[in-house]
Amino acid sequence: MPTATAVPAIRCTGLHKRYKDVVAVSGLDLEVRAGECFGLLGPNGAGKTTTVEMLEGLVPPDGGDIQVLGMRWGHDEHALRERLGVALQETRLADRLKVAEVIRLFRSFYRRGRTVEQVLEVVELGEKRDAWVEKLSGGQRQRLAIACALVGDPDMLFLDEPTTGLDPQSRRQLWDVVAAFKRQGGTVVLTTHYMEEAERLCDRVAVMDHGRVIALGTPRELIASLGAEEVVEFALRDGAPAPAEAVLAALPGVKAVRRDGPRYVLTVSEVHRAVPGLLGELQRRDVEMTELVTHHATLEDLFLSLTGRHLRDE
Amino acid sequence: MSAVGSDSPLWQLTLARFREQLRQPEVLFWVFAFPLLLAVALGLAFRNRPPEVTRVGIEAGPGADSLAALLGAGRGIQATVLPASRAAEQLRKGGIALVIVPGEPIVYRYDSTRAESRTARLVADDALQRALGRTDVRRVADQRVMQKGSRYIDFLIPGLLGLNLMGTGMWGMGYAVVDARKRRLIKRLLASPMRRSEYLLSFIAARLVMLGPEVALLLGFGALVFGVPFRGSVLTLAALVLIGAMCFAGLGLLTASRARTVEMVSGLMNLIMLPMWVLSGVFFSSSNFPAAMQPLIKALPLTALNDALRAVILDGASLAAVAGPTAVCAAWGAVAFAVALKIFRWL
Repeated sequence: MPTATAVPAIRCTGLHKRYKDVVAVSGLDLEVRAGECFGLLGPNGAGKTTTVEMLEGLVPPDGGDIQVLGMRWGHDEHALRERLGVALQETRLADRLKVAEVIRLFRSFYRRGRTVEQVLEVVELGEKRDAWVEKLSGGQRQRLAIACALVGDPDMLFLDEPTTGLDPQSRRQLWDVVAAFKRQGGTVVLTTHYMEEAERLCDRVAVMDHGRVIALGTPRELIASLGAEEVVEFALRDGAPAPAEAVLAALPGVKAVRRDGPRYVLTVSEVHRAVPGLLGELQRRDVEMTELVTHHATLEDLFLSLTGRHLRDE
Repeated sequence: MSAVGSDSPLWQLTLARFREQLRQPEVLFWVFAFPLLLAVALGLAFRNRPPEVTRVGIEAGPGADSLAALLGAGRGIQATVLPASRAAEQLRKGGIALVIVPGEPIVYRYDSTRAESRTARLVADDALQRALGRTDVRRVADQRVMQKGSRYIDFLIPGLLGLNLMGTGMWGMGYAVVDARKRRLIKRLLASPMRRSEYLLSFIAARLVMLGPEVALLLGFGALVFGVPFRGSVLTLAALVLIGAMCFAGLGLLTASRARTVEMVSGLMNLIMLPMWVLSGVFFSSSNFPAAMQPLIKALPLTALNDALRAVILDGASLAAVAGPTAVCAAWGAVAFAVALKIFRWL
């Protein structure tokens, strides 16, 4: 489809939304390309949910313009809804309806779509088709929510924190469903505060904080923007004389130094040169280390370097 | 695909609503079992009984035993000689209705605000005077009747039907809507191409399906167990029940139109329903209230519905004959629906 690449799946400019005295979204511009998986990454309260619900036409923005699939809310609402699949955050779809009954209910709203059987297979809930929703596990409920979003055979899927609170296995199961949808050419917009989810699923990520986008790009680009690909974290024994940040920054291979509570976080380009340099420096000062960790830089590190805060409050 | 048929949204929404209700035992209890239990309990408590024995106490003293002998000859009187303190205590506790103090004159001691005491005084005095030789000046005869349709249970059953229509209508709409709003189901549905009108219509449709069994069960039970008559036409009753059910469905939707929590809507509904439980002539006639309150009471939807239901069920009234109260009901429903739709909080 040549036009699919020409018309962006979503284009919004200057989005604003405030709730009483809280500004939820302030001046947001986004463009989501057809066929990509676009992630909104940010901590709780960053404005992710308000943003997607405005894009879904469920929350009216105070200002700004939204185009979805080349259409606008208010003009083409019904036609638009036929083509979108939505899974909201924390929705209890039913208690005492069976899985297949809920999907069939949602199927009835769409003029065209997939069969209940097809969708059950996609989300691997075939065995649970006759189970009451209240008896499902958290992961199964989320898969049911996605089944309801998929049953209208949408061009675009909105998922608001689809894996929050799920165990790793359920999370991976859900990722498979999303990846399969994308492989068939679907566009996905998802919010998450799991950097791993964003890195695994998303072609592009907008990092949000306080209602605005503070970084945008592919996960690889964003991490590369740190200027280094590895992170060294260490902590010193209580009361040990702290070395000056300038001293640490001067060590070979170190690009940046940050304090994160009691820990030091070094962004480095070459671990094999930075770590021996660090150990030598601390030994020379006779300071004891209590912890040393190195890992590949992640979006979490990017967020930390941009805001000084973590994505999730631990 | 088609507007009707097993895969139309309205059908599926109604089915979902209906299934969720049927799968909740507590809903079934309140809709079907509760009114029957209420009918049985009240039917037993206020059943028509043969006249009771009048219990009187005679204060011990000179002449007490001869008084007891005179009274004992009278039918339906049980006279006991008691020491003064015991007699006072029994009178206080309701064990006896009247204390007779022998002497000249004979003194009747009783609480004149208690109906049974007033009766006891009349019965005891009559028996005593008769035993002492008084004769009737005019011949009288008793004719006892016990007519179906004028007993307490006959009054009660139509009232319970009205009460039930109010309860199921208000809870069935109000609670369900707010629950769906609170768990973000309404929001999720609105994210699909579902039409809002079909969502609301499904509630009404599910309500209508429940209505038939609900009414048939209570009236059938009343007829079979208590012999409550049904003198009206089934069609008139159906029309009336429909109007009543829609009236309270509208009020239920109105209470639910803004509420965000189940607690809030429950409080609101109780606030609306409790006064009608008392005022609207469910358990006792609303004519017991002062005349000044009557216009207000008559304007309440449950009073109107109960009046109309009684007229149709017990007196066989036509719809035209109950046009007044029916119009009151319909007006409440129409206004409630109009306002509810205007202020409804969808998101």
